[in-house]
Amino acid sequence: MILMIYTFFALGLFFSLLGNIGVLRFPDVYTRLHASSKCGVTSLLSILIALMLLKGLTPMTGRILVITVFFLISAPVASHIIGRRAWEEGILPWRRQKPKRKEGD
Amino acid sequence: MGMNPLTLDIVIFTLLGISIVSMVRVIIGPTPEDRLVGLNLVVAQVVGILVIIAVKFDRSIYLDVALVYAMLGFVGILAIAKYLGGKELQG
Repeated sequence: MILMIYTFFALGLFFSLLGNIGVLRFPDVYTRLHASSKCGVTSLLSILIALMLLKGLTPMTGRILVITVFFLISAPVASHIIGRRAWEEGILPWRRQKPKRKEGD
Repeated sequence: MGMNPLTLDIVIFTLLGISIVSMVRVIIGPTPEDRLVGLNLVVAQVVGILVIIAVKFDRSIYLDVALVYAMLGFVGILAIAKYLGGKELQG
């Protein structure tokens, strides 16, 4: 059980670090949104599962479960709203390089 | 066989140090959507820190604070995203 708790804490910190590096390093709103939503949900879920394992069957576990379910519902909705907002403002997705056919034409 | 009592402290301060990275994105983001993306991640990490503090000190009032903060972060992001597209509010 102790080993599972440590594993979930380590997973949470690992995904949190990956998500933050992705938000800092990626070149575009959409790629940053990808890193943010996926790694944010995964890291928080791992940490909350570790805390629920740590507390056992106590009333605190039920409250942590409520926070988990709420965050699992609300975080993808918020990410979707940000992505739709960026798309409606006309921000184009990032390309690796400009297409070279325009120079030839 | 118990846990190392420093484990929760280490997780709290690591989350704090990591969330500075996405606060940098909130500050330097070129478009408002970039700032919202960074803010979305900061909210998640602050909720995690609050829940860890609740477990560490065995005070369940911090769990209520964490739940309310998660709700306020969600509603805040929704309100800012609505505010950015001002024309849709009138039509």
